Amino acid sequence: MDVWIDIKEHITAQEALDFVQTPDCGGVALFVGAVRNATKGKPVRQLFFECYTPMALLELEKIAQHTRAVIGIKKIAILHVSGNKLPGDTVVVIAAAAPHRAAAFEACQYAIDTLKETVPIWKKEFFEDGEVWVAAHP
Amino acid sequence: MHTAGNAGYSALPAIEATGMKILLFGIAKDIAGAPFIQVDAPLARVAALREHLYTQYPRLRELRSVMIAVNKVYATDDAALQPGDEIAVIPPVSGG
Repeated sequence: MDVWIDIKEHITAQEALDFVQTPDCGGVALFVGAVRNATKGKPVRQLFFECYTPMALLELEKIAQHTRAVIGIKKIAILHVSGNKLPGDTVVVIAAAAPHRAAAFEACQYAIDTLKETVPIWKKEFFEDGEVWVAAHP
Repeated sequence: MHTAGNAGYSALPAIEATGMKILLFGIAKDIAGAPFIQVDAPLARVAALREHLYTQYPRLRELRSVMIAVNKVYATDDAALQPGDEIAVIPPVSGG
């Protein structure tokens, strides 16, 4: 199995790295996304992630397959959280392994950029004085 | 094109299976006030569903985008809808 896609409550960078490491890959790139403690200067208390999980898994799978078919990735893990998260918590992890580093870097960039555009997951930010679904309005 | 006018169908006895269950997420769920809604009007295409939703929930128009997914795949406005399809309203995504 060369692709691991998952959406769950807790994820770690280490489990993604462990999955992709393989002797025929000399380059492993890792992207870790975490909860920022402020948005536009306003302190963020917590985040809530809602997922349309069955479709999100399909969209993540498309991303993974693109990195393998087009970018030349051997193994990739894309993990995302759901539920409530606090500042500093890991919310997304992408680990990509390739024979050489260029493809690994490119795959991480492609995967996180595409995830943010296409994967049906929504983030609500909770501030001291209210809450807002991120990027919902123009 | 002859589309199903409500008047034409209303004379017929109980038509089943025109109802559609529509899943809502994120801010769309908040606007509708429910995680899913039932639509009983026969809507043949995504465009008709979109208009129905905008009429029922005008605040959806204020969003940066509203995508419709049919059977877990993004659908264009001209895509056909069938009874039993899994339909979802996808407001602007913000994962990662």
